[in-house]
Amino acid sequence: MDKNQSRRQVRLMRQSLFDQGFLDEQFIQLEELQDDANPNFVEEIATSYYRDSSRSLPTIELALEKTPRDFNKLDGYMHQFKGSSSSIGAKKVKAECQQFREYCKAGNGEGCMRTFQALKKEHATLKKRLEAYFQMARQAGPIETACRPK
Amino acid sequence: MESSFSSPRNDSFPAGLRVLVVDDDPTWLKILEKMLKKCSYDVTTCGLAREALNLLREKKDGYDIVVSDVNMPDMDGFKLLEHVGLEMDLPVIMMSVDGETSRVMKGVQHGACDYLLKPIRMKELRNIWQHVFRKKIHEIRDIESHESIEGIQLIRNGSDQYDEGYFFSAEDLTSSRKRKDVDNKYDDKDFSDCSSTKKARVVWSVDLHQKFVKAVHQIGFDKVGPKKILDLMNVPWLTRENVASHLQKYRLYLSRLQKENDIKSSFGGTKHSDYSSKDLQGILSVQNSINIQQNDVAHGSYRFSGNNLVAQNADPKSNEGDIKGIDSEPVAEPKKGTTGNIPDSQKTRSSQMDFSSSYTETKKGLVGNVPHSQKIRSSQMCVNHSFASVESEVNFTAFDSTIPATYSWNQIQLEKEPKPLIQLNNGFSKPPLPGPHHHFQVDQLQSIPSISSRPSIPGGDVTGSSKSKPSYSEYTNHHGSRVSPTISPTISATDSFPGQTKSCVVDHQVSETISTSTSNMKNQGINLSTDLESAQRNLILGSTSPFASLDDEFQICWYQGDCYGMNLELQNIEFSEYTDPTHVTEVPAHLYDALRFEYPCDPSEYCVLDQGLFIA
Repeated sequence: MDKNQSRRQVRLMRQSLFDQGFLDEQFIQLEELQDDANPNFVEEIATSYYRDSSRSLPTIELALEKTPRDFNKLDGYMHQFKGSSSSIGAKKVKAECQQFREYCKAGNGEGCMRTFQALKKEHATLKKRLEAYFQMARQAGPIETACRPK
Repeated sequence: MESSFSSPRNDSFPAGLRVLVVDDDPTWLKILEKMLKKCSYDVTTCGLAREALNLLREKKDGYDIVVSDVNMPDMDGFKLLEHVGLEMDLPVIMMSVDGETSRVMKGVQHGACDYLLKPIRMKELRNIWQHVFRKKIHEIRDIESHESIEGIQLIRNGSDQYDEGYFFSAEDLTSSRKRKDVDNKYDDKDFSDCSSTKKARVVWSVDLHQKFVKAVHQIGFDKVGPKKILDLMNVPWLTRENVASHLQKYRLYLSRLQKENDIKSSFGGTKHSDYSSKDLQGILSVQNSINIQQNDVAHGSYRFSGNNLVAQNADPKSNEGDIKGIDSEPVAEPKKGTTGNIPDSQKTRSSQMDFSSSYTETKKGLVGNVPHSQKIRSSQMCVNHSFASVESEVNFTAFDSTIPATYSWNQIQLEKEPKPLIQLNNGFSKPPLPGPHHHFQVDQLQSIPSISSRPSIPGGDVTGSSKSKPSYSEYTNHHGSRVSPTISPTISATDSFPGQTKSCVVDHQVSETISTSTSNMKNQGINLSTDLESAQRNLILGSTSPFASLDDEFQICWYQGDCYGMNLELQNIEFSEYTDPTHVTEVPAHLYDALRFEYPCDPSEYCVLDQGLFIA
């Protein structure tokens, strides 16, 4: 795939992430923060997010399985997770977090369980999509170099 | 405003703003760091609240603003907020992904300058400098007003004993200034350029503060005083000055909370109480109620309508009593503070201190002279007291909060002019005293009524009132915020007290009303200025006689009815120490125009005045 095609691919991938509701405005904010001092800022943030969130998911899962369920604690965890997910603009993940918190407030253990599974799924899906995106973006190279005459 | 920012980065302000970001989420920490760096701010990140507090304590003047997340594992964000507010008095911005009204409200109640919702946008961070700026302005204003109150105190203070509760004492002024400059433990943002030396700060840990609060509650707000608190706390290494300054800050904190409540005042009085009580729950429960009352009452009366204050000539007796309570606190504090501080402060304070003692003597004389003023005071105080026994306390807060807001028109005038006078009187030869100087003068002119915070102790209880003043000053010193209790309510009441009130300019709050309602006052103010000018000139010349002339002039101008004995005081004031007319420097042109003063005053003071004018 030549540079032009690559770049177009990157653009399409990026656009679909937004169109399909995976990412929100925050992602664009991160992109705007990216500059020469931090040329891979967005990817770094995404990496950081996935590293931390992947660690907290098992903790939440454990707390969920414990009975009787401590909804306050679970709500606290999820609040944290939601905040974290908002950092990269993980829209669908955030939505699941919110749903989970609603169930917590209602004391609905089953609802929490179901939502948690959905959350994990969204979390993983986004990760894959972002990884592919970043990879493609790296391949396509920065716009500047692409424009530089060979 | 310009005077408040003295750091080198002022030129490009807000670039270089030193921000401390606290968030347990490392991803957010990275993002915020990047965002703030893009705003050209100086960023320090921190993942733990405790770590943040350590950083803040280590580098007392190292940060301008704190941005903190609400939910953190080691410490509640609100708690951190409280600590920062109490110990460092820095503006704090809260962040959270949770935007529920109750949470936001809690944040504001605890003293947050702002509450941002995650995800945070760059533009939101870009404007955080306004909180730093605003705080500085308020500090200036507070100091100004505080000093003016003190000034008045000086004049009217006839008692030697701070602890006795002077009414006004030079010492108060000096001590307050001293505290501000020298003993400025928590006031990192001491814009007062006079503060060249800062004593080692006492770190008020949670335990220590709890002890303090417990002691305060035990004693009772209306009777609290640094000495009593110190005794109750039973902390060997703690000094009376430490307690005094902390008490001042505490009051400011309360008033700050009240202010926040005030902002919500439109929602209703009850709400205020709710908020305030919530805020202070852990610490200031009692105060909350007081504050609330104060807010409702004081703010209503003091803050925004000098008329209210004035009109309420409640029974002086009760006032006095209440006031006395208040006074006791400050009096004890400032006095000691000042004396103790004098040697410490390398600044002018020492000179000031000297004066204070001389002042006290003279003040004594004055005390006897102002029956009228006392009356006024009492009436004004009445306003405060009528609300509740805790009024005294409330008053404080009211003052604190209100004072900075409003400078009476006259006051402003006075402040400008009296400055030189005051300086002389107080022997504040050093430039840093601009604020106090002004205030002093104003106080003088304004006479007793303005000292409203002090219980108008009819007859010779002036000392009592003066006491209260000192406390305020202390607070102002430390917090550099709104503490100008005395000034606000009283004098401006002009309306009710035809003779004196008019002359009393001090009332910040009333100022608005006064200036609008009383043309007389204006005239008086003008007269005053003239008098001041001449007095100033005289003073500058270094002659003691100016005071005499000033006295006359003041008398004419200010005390239509009674003479507060300022004349006496003035005469007794030592001018020798005042050698530096430099204070009378640049005064914002607009201020001049507005006030029709002719000589320059400390710009910082004017800035405050400006603020005051606007604030109404």
